[in-house]
Amino acid sequence: MEKFTQLTGVAAPMPAINIDTDKIFPAIHLRTIKRTGLAKHLFEEIRFRADGSENPDFILNQGPYRQAKIIVAGDNFGCGSSREHAPWALTDFGISCVIAPSFADIFYNNCFKNGLLPIALPQAEVDKLMDDAKKGGNAVLTIDLDKQTISRPDGEIVPFAIDPFRKHCMLNGLDDIGLTEQKAAEIATYETKTRGERPWVFGLTEKAGA
Amino acid sequence: MAQPRTLFDKIWDSHVIAPAGEGTYLLYIDLHLCHEVTTPQAFEGLKLAGRKVRRPDATIAVADHNIPTSNRKAGIDEPESKLQVDTLERNVVEFGVPYIPIDSINQGIVHIIGPEMGLSQPGMTIVCGDSHTATHGALGALAFGIGTSEVEHVLATQTLIQAHAKNMLVEVNGSLGAGVSPKDVILAIIGKIGTAGGTGHVIEYGGSTFRSMSMEGRMTVCNMAIESGARAGLVAPDEITFEYVKGRAYAPKGGAWEQALAYWKTLPSDPGAHFDKKTSLDAGQIAPHITWGTNPEQTAPITARVPDPADIDDPLKRAAVERALQYMQLKPKTPLVEIPVQRVFIGSCTNSRIEDLRAAAAIARGRKVAEGVRAMVVPGSGLVKHQAEEEGLDRVFLEAGFEWREPGCSNCMSMNPDRAMKGERIASTSNRNFEGRQGPGAKTHLMGPAMAAAAAVTGRLADVRQLG
Ligand code: SF4
Repeated sequence: MEKFTQLTGVAAPMPAINIDTDKIFPAIHLRTIKRTGLAKHLFEEIRFRADGSENPDFILNQGPYRQAKIIVAGDNFGCGSSREHAPWALTDFGISCVIAPSFADIFYNNCFKNGLLPIALPQAEVDKLMDDAKKGGNAVLTIDLDKQTISRPDGEIVPFAIDPFRKHCMLNGLDDIGLTEQKAAEIATYETKTRGERPWVFGLTEKAGA
Repeated sequence: MAQPRTLFDKIWDSHVIAPAGEGTYLLYIDLHLCHEVTTPQAFEGLKLAGRKVRRPDATIAVADHNIPTSNRKAGIDEPESKLQVDTLERNVVEFGVPYIPIDSINQGIVHIIGPEMGLSQPGMTIVCGDSHTATHGALGALAFGIGTSEVEHVLATQTLIQAHAKNMLVEVNGSLGAGVSPKDVILAIIGKIGTAGGTGHVIEYGGSTFRSMSMEGRMTVCNMAIESGARAGLVAPDEITFEYVKGRAYAPKGGAWEQALAYWKTLPSDPGAHFDKKTSLDAGQIAPHITWGTNPEQTAPITARVPDPADIDDPLKRAAVERALQYMQLKPKTPLVEIPVQRVFIGSCTNSRIEDLRAAAAIARGRKVAEGVRAMVVPGSGLVKHQAEEEGLDRVFLEAGFEWREPGCSNCMSMNPDRAMKGERIASTSNRNFEGRQGPGAKTHLMGPAMAAAAAVTGRLADVRQLG
């Protein structure tokens, strides 16, 4: 995974609440075995018209927002399906950060595995950033993960909170699996102990013929 | 005395291997269910890194989303669907993962077959790259959906790095009125707490209504825990649970059964255990529910009318309702029972178990699907289909003009050919009414199986209680 340190860019305002992962990445395109090249289906149903042409009303089809690196969104962003295709499509489009009052749990987890930074802030702070975002190319935001700050175009600094372990992994581009493998001995000890306590859950899927 | 703990706390504590960082833990996973949609990139990741599947004996795979529900023998027509299923079949061979083939009677929707085969058991941690994994929580297991990177993590290490969720109790007491089903209970709950009401929490469904509910009903309820944002849904294991698990293909037998049973009985929440959040509903007040909008909190009793955005003060909520009504092409204040439907879907991991099919068949019996309506019944698994046919339910449906199909996800998410036609309005027993989920422009109304059957025979949203 690439390291995430600082990011400066245009933010696209998407004030709607409950933007779900079906909307971010439609189900029909889940029929892929790849995790790359998915930006073409990002927000497809609202981004394109029935004839395949761009819908000019959709924010990411407008001027500076085509280069947006940040989305400022409404409450409960990423709700619904667990599909990681949603963060894959967002990062493939060039989005590296989503700011919202709240996120759905699975989407939030998925973001960190893909170098996409989800920042949850109180509604009042999000409202200010939403106003900045509406100014398009005239107002870029700068996000500093190490300092945990967002710099607004007027110079105001908005601090944000993040779990220290996730921050560490993101700053250093660490692979979770590699980290967990360092705990191999503890995992093996746990397995031995559990095999004694709850033997019936071991070998479970091999017990009967399918 | 030890601190009283919730069911969730107990399962969590017994699966923590070690702290992983501030506030996060390395959690052991007992059972990993895999399907074709969310695993190809995970297996690819393993391959690239030269990793193996750590515990194939705790892993099982099935194809359910993409497969056609008619003429199975002809294979899969749509090339993308075929590639995904072929990829799964190659990966299970390469990595030695047990697999349930498409032509097996055990094949079905992953969340139907886990409990049905006795794989999902109380006290376990169960994951799947699928948000409706919460279904298995009906057995008193901690079951939750994960993304594909986490699927890869579990395949490689049999563990996950997780933050401890909070505890939430949703209590429903009393008996359900005639014609009111578990689906109505969960729709009413989501309507009350909202699509983010459970975010960051594991919900335990408690109270007398759940205590007397069948396992099938509890699965319908837990299935939709995610629709209120919850990490997982749980029902404490009891005699109904044990009776259900006993004798199933993968369930413990003999001495192991006795040992397991003794353990399972220790799992229910202790009296006085702390819940961070609580809410309650009175079962007697719950009427048959449907959704009128484009997310599962936009529900109403069938006796109500389409809401009027003008009555909503919060501007963001009002905008969301306006947008939903525009998409659903509904006028404010229209009585719900006057809304015509073109399609009916009875199936999905929410409502395709034998009880669901019995409830729908009871309404379909001796009636006819209304003119201009296409109605589909898609059993959740080969075993459900077989049992329904033993009971003659297939004849009831076919005589009434419903289609009787092969098991799979089907029109729930439209990855296979069963998707709705452009803009059709659907009465559906599935779990999500998001824009476009059942087909481009498709307008979904969620409801229970008897209500969906009532919509099929009347050609409109209908109150099943009026059909008798
Ligand atoms: S039936 Fe629907 S919700 Fe359930 S697993 Fe299949 S696609 Fe997902």
